[in-house]
Amino acid sequence: MRKCSIQALDTVFETIAEAAVLYLPVDGDNGASYKKWEKGTVMSNALNTVRSPKDFFFPQSENLMEFRTSGKTIEVIDKREEKEDFVVFGVRACDVKSFDILDRVFLNEPCDSYYADRREHGTIVSMACTRPVETCFCQTFGIDASNPAGDLSCWKTETDVYFQANTEKGEKLLAAIAGVTEESDDTAVKAQQEKTREIMKKLPLADLTTEGFGAGKTAELFNAPEWKELSQSCLGCGTCTFVCPTCQCYDIKDFKTGKGVIRFRCWDSCMYSDFTKMAHGNPRLSQLERFRQRFMHKLVYYPENNDGVYSCVGCGRCLAKCPISMNIVKVMRTIGGKADE
Amino acid sequence: MNNREETLIPKIGVITDVRIDTPDVKTFRVVTPDGKKAFEHKPGQCAMLSIPGVGEAMFSITSSPTNSEFMEFSIKKCGCVTEWLHEAEPGQQITIRGPYGNPFPVDDKFKGQDLLFVAGGIGLAPLRSVINYCRHYRENYGKIDIVYGSRSKDDLVDYQEILNEWMTDDNIFVHLTIDREQEGWDGHVGFVPNYVKELGFDTNKTVIICGPPIMIKFTLEGLCSLGFEKTQIYTTMELRMKCGVGKCGRCNIGSKYVCKDGPVFRCDQLEELPNEY
Repeated sequence: MRKCSIQALDTVFETIAEAAVLYLPVDGDNGASYKKWEKGTVMSNALNTVRSPKDFFFPQSENLMEFRTSGKTIEVIDKREEKEDFVVFGVRACDVKSFDILDRVFLNEPCDSYYADRREHGTIVSMACTRPVETCFCQTFGIDASNPAGDLSCWKTETDVYFQANTEKGEKLLAAIAGVTEESDDTAVKAQQEKTREIMKKLPLADLTTEGFGAGKTAELFNAPEWKELSQSCLGCGTCTFVCPTCQCYDIKDFKTGKGVIRFRCWDSCMYSDFTKMAHGNPRLSQLERFRQRFMHKLVYYPENNDGVYSCVGCGRCLAKCPISMNIVKVMRTIGGKADE
Repeated sequence: MNNREETLIPKIGVITDVRIDTPDVKTFRVVTPDGKKAFEHKPGQCAMLSIPGVGEAMFSITSSPTNSEFMEFSIKKCGCVTEWLHEAEPGQQITIRGPYGNPFPVDDKFKGQDLLFVAGGIGLAPLRSVINYCRHYRENYGKIDIVYGSRSKDDLVDYQEILNEWMTDDNIFVHLTIDREQEGWDGHVGFVPNYVKELGFDTNKTVIICGPPIMIKFTLEGLCSLGFEKTQIYTTMELRMKCGVGKCGRCNIGSKYVCKDGPVFRCDQLEELPNEY
């Protein structure tokens, strides 16, 4: 483990930015968001960014290819370009875990080259949480907020920043900042972790479990009568899917530029009425079916296809952002049979 | 430049022939610009066809893999992409990518079996690939029965091939039916599910069924009342798709994606999935 003083963090950023584009959470009028580092950029101390960092690998909208048409002929133009190396600094434990969940979708054969390319060029520097709040429930999914994964893990105390490499990319980055850091023991990190874990234990969602969910639960849960009441007030706005770090459904659309056609991919939401709509009908006609799909996917279907891993990391963004205060926790407590607790 | 293969980036296909099958079904012959097949496939697999600026959609490959020269797609006019295709003339280029999905188990489970094909309307399109594959390797399969029905005589897809090839083959029995009486039709009249029951097949057959959901539902009931098990019956599904490779997240039935875990399902496996299709 290595460390530097809080004051030296700017030099660390400067050193990283010499070799790669550096992004870090920065405070703004509407909360924290990832911004490109420039000299003088101050890293946010917010618990997390409003939007998840999934944009770095799976952007909200991206051009896939272009077409030029003339008469009856079509030309396909592959516009993929080599990406530049980048570092995302300050990712929380929950969001770091979300990349594993996205990897299982996009890197699974046939590998999505757009995603894979960004993933290869990106280095994740995580940041341990010290002040988890009442919407946090990463521990439900076995995530330790005080011990985040990523290529390089970081802990920030009042005086110092500690670094621990977990991967080859992390080692490389740690070597690059060796000049501004020094060897250290992990006493201060251990003490911080202890404190954070104590807070985690006292959080209102600390007792939330995945009991009742997981692979093989479709038959039992699909027709649960509770879906009706749970979904009744859902507006179908899709906010939960957009702020969710693990929601990965996408649409592919064409845009006529006047000179040709750009085929692009953008985020889509299973909460939208036209998501499954076909020329001859729609298998999910009501919001109940769309609402159920989102939670069944995260809590049953995804684990069934992915060795029991749930497609939720407990970041709490949907809890904070849903306009009608409906969320995965309420679904888990109700359908999972914990409504009375 | 990214050197990785990318499944979403399609090839160019050229429509070399358009056959008018019914008032709303046309069959398109597609090859690459240098006159070859775009890719090899197995019976029951699908391809993504698109017209840049209009959209991309999944279609079952109607031609048999044994056709070494071209692919054919029988397409019913019912949405943006299909309406555009119906206006297309030979020489028109489109884009094509695939093949996607799991085929019918023609080379294992079906081998040595008597086969019963049941199709309604455009539902014959995905089965035609299987039927012609089985005709090509005729010695691998037992007796073949085909029950095919549509609204009227004019709605039977590629009636000529049925008349001139299937009906003249030895040991292939074609049973056609149309929904209502029609002048010039002396064949059977009535819905497919009832006709299947009337014909009363032996239960030692493997059944392959495709058509409108309501036809599948009632035919299944009919077959079960004749003593067929769901483990003997196969079908092929269709849901909205964007990627074709299990990532865009919209064609799932429970934990199964129709594009990669289907589109071919055995009915007992389908029955285990939520009834959301």
